[in-house]
Amino acid sequence: MVENLENINPKLYKKLDEREITTEEKDENIVDEFDAREVFDLIRNINDPEHPLTLEELNVVEQSLIKVDNKKNTVDVKFTPTIPHCSMATLIGLSIRVQLLRTLPARFKVTVEISPGTHVSEASLNKQLADKERVAAAIENSMLLGLLNQCLMPKN
Amino acid sequence: MGVLELKQGLSRHRGRVWSVCWHPKGTNLASCGEDKTIIIWGPEGPNWVTKMILTEGHSRTIRELTWSHCGNYIASASFDATTAVWDKKSGQFECNATLEGHENEVKSVSWSVSGQLLATCSRDKSVWVWEVNDDEYECAAVINAHLQDVKKVRWHPHEEVLASASYDNTARIFKEDAADNDWTCVATLSSHTSTVWSLSWDKSGGRIATCSDDKTVKIWREYKPGNETGITTPNNEPVWKCVCTLSGYHTRTIYDIDWCKTTGLLVTACGDDVIRVFKEDDDCDPHQPNFTMVCSMDSAHAQDVNCVQWNPAVPGQLASAGDDGLVKIWLYNE
Repeated sequence: MVENLENINPKLYKKLDEREITTEEKDENIVDEFDAREVFDLIRNINDPEHPLTLEELNVVEQSLIKVDNKKNTVDVKFTPTIPHCSMATLIGLSIRVQLLRTLPARFKVTVEISPGTHVSEASLNKQLADKERVAAAIENSMLLGLLNQCLMPKN
Repeated sequence: MGVLELKQGLSRHRGRVWSVCWHPKGTNLASCGEDKTIIIWGPEGPNWVTKMILTEGHSRTIRELTWSHCGNYIASASFDATTAVWDKKSGQFECNATLEGHENEVKSVSWSVSGQLLATCSRDKSVWVWEVNDDEYECAAVINAHLQDVKKVRWHPHEEVLASASYDNTARIFKEDAADNDWTCVATLSSHTSTVWSLSWDKSGGRIATCSDDKTVKIWREYKPGNETGITTPNNEPVWKCVCTLSGYHTRTIYDIDWCKTTGLLVTACGDDVIRVFKEDDDCDPHQPNFTMVCSMDSAHAQDVNCVQWNPAVPGQLASAGDDGLVKIWLYNE
């Protein structure tokens, strides 16, 4: 946790209810395709690097900004930094990417981008997050990996 | 249309395989990746098998490896910021030199045709040229021409001219200035709109193919001073012009490209799991060449294809490496 918070008083948002399991989903004979809600459930509880709050509570991630295409094997996630010059945006984007890399089947191509118009360095951050070589090097860096795992650690 | 026939899938690596490289005689293949090991593969009867596994040269991912033109050395570039040189003086490949100096991840390494020079590049934005003398490696130049992470370095097929590709969307050409032994950037190839991941010289060294995160391949041609086309060459240096752009074929980032020195075929490795082969049309205008896609192998790997390389001795034979942890050997048939 950092001492000087960039965004001292972030706005809080109401959490979604737990997902209701339908009878179809309980039926083992029906194939459940991945959907936006399922991907959202994988990333909603990621911790913000600065605040003791989740990305969902800060509205950094929203179900409506997630697109899943099962046929094309693509998952596109847009996230919204709490403030337009947030210096934590790369770390947040990276934590979303790493969480999805760890939890989704390998067939999925994951794209994580800033919601258009919500960050001053949007283009360069998107380019960095899309560069899998730099992402791979980043998660081999033990200091960064420590920070990431803190974000990804579920709270009790 | 041609056909890419899978000869064998080789699974021995753990995790992503980043790079493959053929022995210059085409008799062996080496691969490396996330698991920090180098595997040397060779034929045994009809099959390719593991001949050697090299470990403990690097403490992090091995991003790329390359065989020297004499076949006696392998250089490997690692995220641990070092480049290792392996030789087989003892009969087995052993790491006998580690080149240090880059500030962070080394992304690529290349031997000049004479074996006298080695080039490396890094996320620290620099390209280094090393001189080789009796197995001693001395840094001859640190070139800070790129503005960002440098992804690839490749020597000219016959001359001591170096090309590099970068996250700054450009490729650049470097040459030693005879007057002061300084390595300088003599050309900047700018036209791509995102990261240039890789490049490959053609057989003559007069053309370069580049591939990019912008999903296009570009063909560049060198115009020397006094060229017949009348293209002006400021400072008496050759000028490189983009003479062809292949767009609309690739649906994601193109990670690698290789221009076959025997058949002239181009092959690309793409983030959409596809391997594609392109052929230059016969009788096209050399200043406006046209390339046709002659093969598109869907799901060539189960995940991103990271590297493709033609066998330098066996025309049509191809090796690829993927995020699915596999190395694959293919045969291209027209």
